[in-house]
Amino acid sequence: MSKTFKKPECLSDLHTHYCPGCTHGIIHRLVAEVIDELGIKGRTVGIAPVGCAVLAYNYFTFDFQEAAHGRAPAMATGIKRVRPDLIVFTYQGDGDLASIGMGEIIHAANRGEKFTTIFVNNAVYGMTGGQMAPTTMPDQRTTTSPFGRNVKEVGMPIKIAELLSALETPGYITRQSVVKPKYIVRAKKAIKKAFQYQIEGRCFSLVEVVSTCPTNWGLTPVQAIKWAEETMLPYYKLGEFKVPE
Amino acid sequence: MGKVLMKGNEAIGEAAIRAGCLNYFAYPITPQSEVAEYLSRRMPEVGGMFLQGESEVAVSYMLFGASACGERVFTTSSSPGVSLMSEGLSYISGAQCPAVFVNIMRGGPGLGGILPSQGDYFQATKGGGHGDYRLLVMAPASVQEAVEMVMTAFPLAEKYRNPVMILGDGLIGQMMEPVEFPDDLASEPVNKDDWATSGMDTRKSENRNLVKSLYLSSEELNKHNLHLKAKYDRMRREEIRYEKYNIDCDYKALIVSYGTMSRVCKTAIDNLKKEDFKVGMIRPQTLFPFPEKAVNEAASKNSCKIVISIEMSMGQMVEDVERAVIGKRPVRWYGKCGGDVPTPEEVIDVIKSMVKEA
Repeated sequence: MSKTFKKPECLSDLHTHYCPGCTHGIIHRLVAEVIDELGIKGRTVGIAPVGCAVLAYNYFTFDFQEAAHGRAPAMATGIKRVRPDLIVFTYQGDGDLASIGMGEIIHAANRGEKFTTIFVNNAVYGMTGGQMAPTTMPDQRTTTSPFGRNVKEVGMPIKIAELLSALETPGYITRQSVVKPKYIVRAKKAIKKAFQYQIEGRCFSLVEVVSTCPTNWGLTPVQAIKWAEETMLPYYKLGEFKVPE
Repeated sequence: MGKVLMKGNEAIGEAAIRAGCLNYFAYPITPQSEVAEYLSRRMPEVGGMFLQGESEVAVSYMLFGASACGERVFTTSSSPGVSLMSEGLSYISGAQCPAVFVNIMRGGPGLGGILPSQGDYFQATKGGGHGDYRLLVMAPASVQEAVEMVMTAFPLAEKYRNPVMILGDGLIGQMMEPVEFPDDLASEPVNKDDWATSGMDTRKSENRNLVKSLYLSSEELNKHNLHLKAKYDRMRREEIRYEKYNIDCDYKALIVSYGTMSRVCKTAIDNLKKEDFKVGMIRPQTLFPFPEKAVNEAASKNSCKIVISIEMSMGQMVEDVERAVIGKRPVRWYGKCGGDVPTPEEVIDVIKSMVKEA
């Protein structure tokens, strides 16, 4: 009898440090499956962010670099400019990418750097303990918005996929989610497409993934999935925002 | 190749290419923008890579990423830009990646001015970024020396897996002088397969490499810092460079000065010699590691009444001079940092009055 379901070669045997109900594990797996399927493990370099995924390098089995907060797109630029043959991706959360690293991601996208960004948006800072992020929903309570995000004071949540799509430079920009099986299937397709565009040397690619953080949202995993669906998805619309011609 | 007349900034760019570095990331800032302008047209000629980043912060991480996958990289900037790069310098040092940074110093603090200064001595030699790291810092006093230091910097950065900084003042970047590029300073990059994230296929290896600066366990982080310290201690043993000037006479005063300032001091020393007023000088060529022993020995000479640190700052290197002299002689400071370089006459007056008071 042959195995029909197994762990991707690109994932290590370690147990992750992620909280129960966190969707990072699913997204890690999708990335690993795609790299396996494309047969690019030997020439891939991943870049870990600052945040919950800072230890992502422990869970993948290929070359990895660890960035400072928000700077992963600059590091990826550095690699691709001197080694265009390598396949490079950054794995970043919303505090990392949409706040402190906003400058780096916009300019990398606008230069059309040929790397891939997996952008995990769970509307909160995770690792530092549940503080407000640029993507935190209106009225959402966090440890630094204890009365709820007041959009009159701090503005509306930033829609990264839409914002980057406004750039004239060609790119592949999509928003996906992993809070339902059907979304997971679509997210994997999008991640694969993003890597394929990179392999073909065509454009910058970014897959935003609407995700959950039960711990910092103060919800059970099931409630968190429901909250993401009911609160985040109507605001963060899924789909392809930009596709290269 | 014979001598050519070149502006310091352009010569620095050319020196990196001659040394075997074909990757340059930078952000424009006065008074070093000519390096980027020169390399934006020169790199394509030699099959090299030029990229203008969106900020000095980003540039420092472009260097980090490129260096971490095993390639030779360098950048140039000036004081406020180097402040922004200091975050990256800390990470690059922590992750033990080789890279060459050039700082063509201008006056500070803040925007300060665009004229020459030596106000970044502390930043270069004592940190600038966070944590226990050191840079190997070299300070050229001429365009020719800048060329040689840049060329030497790449193998040194690889030897220590640590950033090397060339600390020049604005005059070194802006001045034109005849230079030649010594062929024997060109070098091949060392093999980095044991650590660089160059791709497993590239290394024909089953083992992946990881470049990081995070050590969450207190024991591991302490061990990592002890390893870094051992490298800095090795620099102290193996890399100290300095020039002695007029040191074989019974000098009344010892000057410690570096970069452009040391050239003015040489003129002052030569002019004083004509009056039979003897002054010696130690010119540090490496600021970290600092030539402590040389300064201490020179200060210990019986005839020497006083040691004077002369620098284009409000007294930064003087702290290292005091540490080197360890109270054997009085240590004084003289300097200016608005952008005007003190003249030989000013230096002569200062030396005379300080010797008189000593």
